[in-house]
Formats: sequence, C-alpha cells, structure tokens
Amino acid sequence: MPVKVETYDRVEEAARALSASRSARFLGGGTLVMRAVNAGDQSFDTIIRLRDPDFRTIRMQGDGLVIGAGVTMAALVANRDAVFLAPVARVIGGPAIRNMATVGGNLFASGNYGDLAVALLALGATVQLAGSGSRSMPIDEFLRDRDRHATSLVQSVTVPRPRDPATFRFTKVSRVKPKGVSLMSIAALLPQSGGRVQGARVAYGAMGPMPLRAIAVERALEGQALDAAAIDRAAALAVEGIAPPTDALASSWYRAEVAGVHLKRLLAGERR
Amino acid sequence: MAKKPVQFRLNGSEKAVFVDEGQNLLDVLRRGVGDLTPKYGCGQGTCGTCTVLIDGEPHLSCLTLAETIDGRQVSTTAGLARGSELHPLQAAFMDGFAAQCGYCTPGMLMAASALLERNPDPSREDIVEAISGNICRCTGYEPIINAILAAAKAGGARRYG
Amino acid sequence: MSIEFRKEYFADERDDNLNEVGKPTQRQDALGHVTGRSPYFDDHLFDGLLHIRCVRSPHHHARIRRIDTSEAERMPGVVRIITGKDVPHNLNTLLSLLDFGLDDEPLLSDKKVAYKGEPVAAVVAETERAARDAVAKVRVDWEELPAVFDVEDAVKPGAPVVNEVYPKNLFVYHGRYDHQKLRYGDVEAGFRQADRIIEGRYQMSPIEQAPTETCGAIAAPETNDRYVVYTSTQALFFSLDTTSKLLKTPSNRLHFIGGTVGGGFGGKVDSLHEPMAVLGTMLTGRPCKYIFDREEEMQVGAPRGAERWYLKDGVMNDGRIVARKFVGYFDSGAYTRLSSYAIIKGVGHLPGPYTIPNVYADVYCVFTNRTPATAMRGFGITGVDFAIEAHMDKVAHEVGLDPIELRILNAYRDGDMKAHRRLAKNTALIECCQVAAEKAKWPLSQAASQASSLRDGGGERGRLPAHTATDQNGLVSGFTAQSYAKKSRATQPSATPPPQMARHESAPVTPRVEQPRPQPVQPASAPPPPPAATEQRHTRFSSISGLRRR
Repeated sequence: MPVKVETYDRVEEAARALSASRSARFLGGGTLVMRAVNAGDQSFDTIIRLRDPDFRTIRMQGDGLVIGAGVTMAALVANRDAVFLAPVARVIGGPAIRNMATVGGNLFASGNYGDLAVALLALGATVQLAGSGSRSMPIDEFLRDRDRHATSLVQSVTVPRPRDPATFRFTKVSRVKPKGVSLMSIAALLPQSGGRVQGARVAYGAMGPMPLRAIAVERALEGQALDAAAIDRAAALAVEGIAPPTDALASSWYRAEVAGVHLKRLLAGERR
Repeated sequence: MAKKPVQFRLNGSEKAVFVDEGQNLLDVLRRGVGDLTPKYGCGQGTCGTCTVLIDGEPHLSCLTLAETIDGRQVSTTAGLARGSELHPLQAAFMDGFAAQCGYCTPGMLMAASALLERNPDPSREDIVEAISGNICRCTGYEPIINAILAAAKAGGARRYG
Repeated sequence: MSIEFRKEYFADERDDNLNEVGKPTQRQDALGHVTGRSPYFDDHLFDGLLHIRCVRSPHHHARIRRIDTSEAERMPGVVRIITGKDVPHNLNTLLSLLDFGLDDEPLLSDKKVAYKGEPVAAVVAETERAARDAVAKVRVDWEELPAVFDVEDAVKPGAPVVNEVYPKNLFVYHGRYDHQKLRYGDVEAGFRQADRIIEGRYQMSPIEQAPTETCGAIAAPETNDRYVVYTSTQALFFSLDTTSKLLKTPSNRLHFIGGTVGGGFGGKVDSLHEPMAVLGTMLTGRPCKYIFDREEEMQVGAPRGAERWYLKDGVMNDGRIVARKFVGYFDSGAYTRLSSYAIIKGVGHLPGPYTIPNVYADVYCVFTNRTPATAMRGFGITGVDFAIEAHMDKVAHEVGLDPIELRILNAYRDGDMKAHRRLAKNTALIECCQVAAEKAKWPLSQAASQASSLRDGGGERGRLPAHTATDQNGLVSGFTAQSYAKKSRATQPSATPPPQMARHESAPVTPRVEQPRPQPVQPASAPPPPPAATEQRHTRFSSISGLRRR
C-alpha cells in the first residue's frame, strides 16, 4: 500500500483522524514511524501529522511540569525547568536523534529504546490523551496497554518535579561508549523523610516488553535508611518477579546477573 | 500515487520538487534534487551518514518526512566549500587522513559543522559527543576527532554557503 | 598520530632510501571524500530507475512447495517478478571461476532454502516502497525441514542434509577428502615423546563486516546491447564473471564500473547483486537497482564464519612444543562461498609462527543452516590465530613459563622448515615479542631478550621430518568424475618433475631488491633435504585448488 500523509493544525482533528483509522500512525519526530515506513511496515498506510505549536511547549503547572508530546529531547535538555530530566534526555541518541525524537514517541519506543519513559515511570508521571476520549492516566497504566493506545494521540505528559533533585537518579547501561542503545536503564525516585525512604519508585528499561517497575526493590527500600545493608537487600531482589529478555545485546541470564550490580551502584550514588 | 510540491532552500539556493507521500528527505535530496552528498547507510537512524542540517541543526535525513521541510533551510556537504576553497573542516579532514572509505565523511562533516557553529572552541569531549550519532566502520575515530580539533583551531566556525 | 620505526632491526636487510615508503602521502580519493563527490555505486542517477527487492525465507530450512506471485503482480508499480526459472544458469559457486568447488548455490532458490533470508523471488517495481509492498504479497507454501546450526551436529550421521551437492554437509577437498589435511612429521610419536599433553577447545562466533554502505548494484542498458553496471563490489572481475556465468552472457556485453566502496572489509565479494540487477534490466529493458537494506546487510549479508578449533600440544617440561594437532570446523553456512578457500589459507598458516617438528591438522568445511560465510579481514587466519595464541597462554600457564618467553622459545627463526614445507624467512616474531615486552615494561630473561630471529634457526630445524605419517582418513568417492579437482588433475603430467620449491628455497635469506645490496649476514644455507614422502611430489600445495600449476 502506498503511504498517505494527513496534516492537521489542531490536536483534536489529529486525534480524531488517528482514532478513526486502525492503519494510521501519528508522526512525532520520525525516529520510530519513518523507520517503519522505510522498512515497508505493512501494518499502517497513513501518517498523521500535527502542526500545532502548543504541542511542542513545556510549562509549569503547580508542582508539575507539563511537557507537550511533541517536545524533542534537545528541547528538554535546553529547558531550565526540566533540569532534572536533562541527564536522561542527553543520553538518548546522538545530537541529530535528540533534535528529532519526541517525548510522546519515547512512550512507544520498545526494545532497547525508551529511556525517557523509564525515568517518567519512576517519577510517577501522568499521560494526557487528546481528542473526544480526552483523559489523563498514570503512566503505569498507560505503559501496561500501550499497544492499545496506538490509536490515541498523546497530547502531553505531566511530571511531578522532585523537591530534592538528588532523590532522582538515572543510569543507562550500554555496550558502546559514549553512546549506544540500552542494555538496560534504571531510574529511581527515592524521597526520604526523617532519614528513611518513603514512596520509592524504581523502574527498568529493556528488562521487559515495556518499561516496568521493580516492585520487590521498592518494597525492600520502603521505610529504610539508604545504608549499605538496605541497598544490599534491595539489590538482591533486583530481578524478583522480572523475566529479562534475550536480545542482540545481552541474554536474559546476563541481564539478571548484572541488574543487581547496576542497581546497587545507582542506589549507593556511585558514579561510573 | 499522489505527489506533493515542496519548496525549500538547499545550501542557500531555492529548490522546488514534487515528493511522494511518505518519502524521506534523503531520497528527495539524492534523487529529487540531485544532491548526492548525503548517503544511505541504514534508513533507521543508527549510522548518521545521512546527517544534514535543517535550520542549522543536525537531523537524520532518512528519518525526516520530506514534506516537513517545506519552507525550511537544508545544508549538506555540497554546500560546505566556497567554490574551490574548502571549508576548514574539509581541509582538516584531508590533512589529517580523517576519511578512509569516505562513506561516513559527509555525515561526520555536517555533525562537526553544527558543533563548530555553536561552539567554536570545543573540547575533545564536546567533539566525541557531537559525532556520537555517526558511525565510522573503518574505525577511524581518532583522526576524525583530531581533524575537528584542528579545524576549530583554524577557525572552522566560519559560515559558508 | 605518530609511528615509531624500530630501524635497528634488520637494518642490513632493508633499504631505507625509498621515495614513498615510510613517508606520508595524500590519498588519491581524499578530495572526493571530503567534498562528498566520490562516486559510490548509488551515486549515479538514471531516469526511470526500477527497484528490486527479494522475497526471503522466514525459515532456516524449508522445501518450497509453491510460489504464488499472482497477487503481487497486480500490485501498483510492479513491473516484473523474477523467480529461479528466469535465471539462465541458476547454480553457481563463487570459486568455480578458479576451478575450485562445485556449483551449489542458486541465485533464486526454487526447490529448497537452507538459511533464513535466502531469496526465492525478486520484485522489480517503480519505487522501493512498491517493491516492498509487493514482496509482502508473494505467497510461498513452505514445508519446514529440521535445521542444524552446530558444526559438529551437522557432521553426525542422520543430520539434516543442508546442501544437497555435499550430502554429508562437508565440502570435498581435491575431489578426495572430506577435509583439508596437513601432515608434517608424526604427531603421535611427538605426543609419546612429550612430557605432557595440553589440550584446548576454542570457538569463534560469526562476525558481520557491517560496511556503512550496504551491498548493491545498479544495472542499465548501454549502447550496442551492452549493460553498464555500477557496483559496490570489492571484487570487480569476480562479479563480472559470476554475472556472465549465471546469466549466460558473454562478459564483453557487461561493462562493470566499481572501485569506490563505502567500506567492505571482505563482505562485498559475494557478487549477489550484480547478476540480479543485470537480470532485472534484461527482463524489463530499464535501469534496475538492487541494494541490501540495513536489516538484510546484517541478516543475509555473509559474515566471517564461525570456527571451532581443538588443539592438542605435546610439550616438554622446558616449554618446547614437540607436537601440535589441530582439528578444526569452519561453519560455512548453507553454501560454500569462500570458507573452503579460507581453510586452505588457514592450514597453510599452521601451526602459527612457531617451529614445531610434528604437526597434524584435519580441518572441515561444514554446511549448516546458518547464513553463508565469506571473506573478512584475514579470514582463515584470524580465527585459528586466536585459538593458537589462547592455547599458547594455556601452555605457558601449565608448564609454569612466562607467556612471552614461551613464545620466544618456540618462535620460528630464519631458515627453519615450516609445516607447509617452505623455509621461513624474514621472521620477526622474536623481535615483536621483545618490543612488546619492552613497551609493556614486562621483564624478560636475558636469554629471551637476547634471542634473535636471525640466529639459531636452520640446520636441523631447516630439515623436513625424516618420516611423515600419512593416512586416508576421510577419503570420499563419487566426486572425482565431474569435479573440479579431477579436471585440473588431468592437466597435470603424471610424472611431475621434482618440485621447484627446493631449489627456490635454497636461496640465501635476503630480500629481493633491485639495487646493489650489502652482503647477507647469513651464509647460504645448506641444500635442503629432499621431500620425505614421495606422494607429496605429486600433490603440491597451491593456494586455491590444492594443485600447483606452473
């Protein structure tokens, strides 16, 4: 099927067109959709484009940051209010990819991609969908059925800003220096109250079909002082309930072996 | 198949071309307007040899939907030299043996020129970061990094074309 | 970038008064590269260019019951669909051009596929997208067959037959053996003499060359019923002759233009694209481009093949290696391509840069249901060198010797006889070890640091073994009648005079130079002993066919 392109100026129109067709894909920065077009992907024949400038803005709303789904990684790196996300956005691709890849697209990136979504998951972001079914949902819920959301248009992501930036940590493990795709990525939000962790959220990328939470690790950390003993206990549970995939970068066995090591370094605040 | 008209500036000159729907910018540059300097290496954004500048910023032309460049400025390696006078980056790549098979060179040059426009005095780390999306399978990274350093010293930020 | 020259070594063997060597010189293609003007194969524009994409097997091993192209033919933009019956001579092996090996691989398979990604049909269409869309509409009725991926499993009785031309899944050498042999001295006697036996198993994975420019070719009609072909090939005349053979077209109708290659590393010698592009042009009368996309380059493009090596050394307590036995398996993938040749090369290299009086090798070229393997940077040597050097470290560890000292002790020296029955000359392993140790601040004994490749070689070490144990293991039948080896053997006079090698190698160890040279330090070495085994006079080693043709 030859591909056709539909261009809209308003989010609602684009959302409507997208939901109306099962063979349409929404074009963000092109790093996923154009790759599929180039490979002759037969699962869609329509590309939906949106030219709404609002789609590419970042604004503060209370304690949260509302990031338009069309915001690129480069724009995220350059934004003063999004400083806590800059270390994540900066390790995604090279400069050209960062000028193209969008926040909304990252929510759909699979396999060894999608590092930003991992960070957003740990940060407890919410996802806003546009159109007639306009609604907001926790990112956990969104990622769980993200294939079902392929026909919904993500309008923005709202991220609670960590009060203390030091409580948010992120690491990306790659085979290639300085840049490669993720063998795994780990993001952790470790808010503390009275010297004890409260409300820990730990997320992995490239450890399953989509970014996922390390629930056993979070439970092990909850209510604990972040000392060596607690970190060891949490690291021992790094892959509890998780079945890491085997892919071109690493086997499931390898991922399971090294996850605890990388998690321990992250929790201990060690720079690699 | 429906064709769409697209107008843009390529290395300073006005271009008008009909594109296929879904066609990428790399294909349009090469076959549509005959600028063969950007190369195809992967079609999936991993190799960087198709890198061009859109409004001065590096982009992967293979992942850029061609019709989205309507009204924008595109720069390629074809626009680096001024007549027979090479851009300092080109001269430094030659002097420093930074091109082996030459296939990654146009992408490397565009990534490097974007860097020098923004940062005329980059550190080695800045350069490594700037070309981190460009693969040289001949593994000639050291001469490439050294050539970009040398071009910066020679005033590589001068705007051409 | 600075290069350090160690000119104190071999100063009397080398002329430094050269005009170009040792001095930087600009590449002739540098200006084209930095201006983006170097003409790679795809940098030629043709009006009305058609695009070729292949229908590929999703299975590792399957019989083709039926190929239904009817729906694909009706797709918009489709000009022609090509299947195996359209290929005039649909069976080839690359090295048939050198009379080495049997035709075993179709351009487009029509009966069976033996690796994932093997092409069974090709769509020629107005755009690449139209070609891809039509490829998705070609229906192939597959009968999946059991597949084998391990070289040792593939040679077991009852293993699936991967390549029907070689039903035991083994390439046949010289029309006689299911492996390439090296016999030099008597390893079993060497093992009996040795203080200890040290064994090892070494495995290398396939490696993809991954050139940044993927493999491809454009063909177009040219004047006087010729075809012009722009190609990324690293082997222009291979590609030309292969195209000529597969398409039964005289080579003077094929005008091949190549030479500008966007990275090759060995992966652009297989000549798959040129015949397909020319065939497309013959069938449509229009320019045709056939190029791998990145996924095809990685999945279908032939890699350096996997190798498995078993090494067994007989070692004296002082570290001297007195016997070394190799059993090697090259994973050729589903078809021959160049692995058969890699083995000839590799066996000529054994036992590595060491002087060992008893050497034995059986090396098998095995067909498995993996992607066919081809050339890559020193193929045939790199893998076994990894095995040899890993084993040297193991030997050093087990006899309690420093690994560099062990290498210097066993290193070949000028005038030593090598296992392929040539005298060693211009050897420099000892000096390399010494410089490496110096650079790494690695202490060496006085004996090791004073050793020299120019001393203590030759003499006894320069003689062929008094006795070489031979055998007929792996003898096959049924391959001589029409095989390449039979043909070339027929041209060989039955009473071959004694090989020229002996006289040739009795020359003093000096480099060949045109200018007057200082007197060699070494006196002329003693006349070499006659070859030990009479049969070797008739089966002289040649780099390709195994038979010397002078």
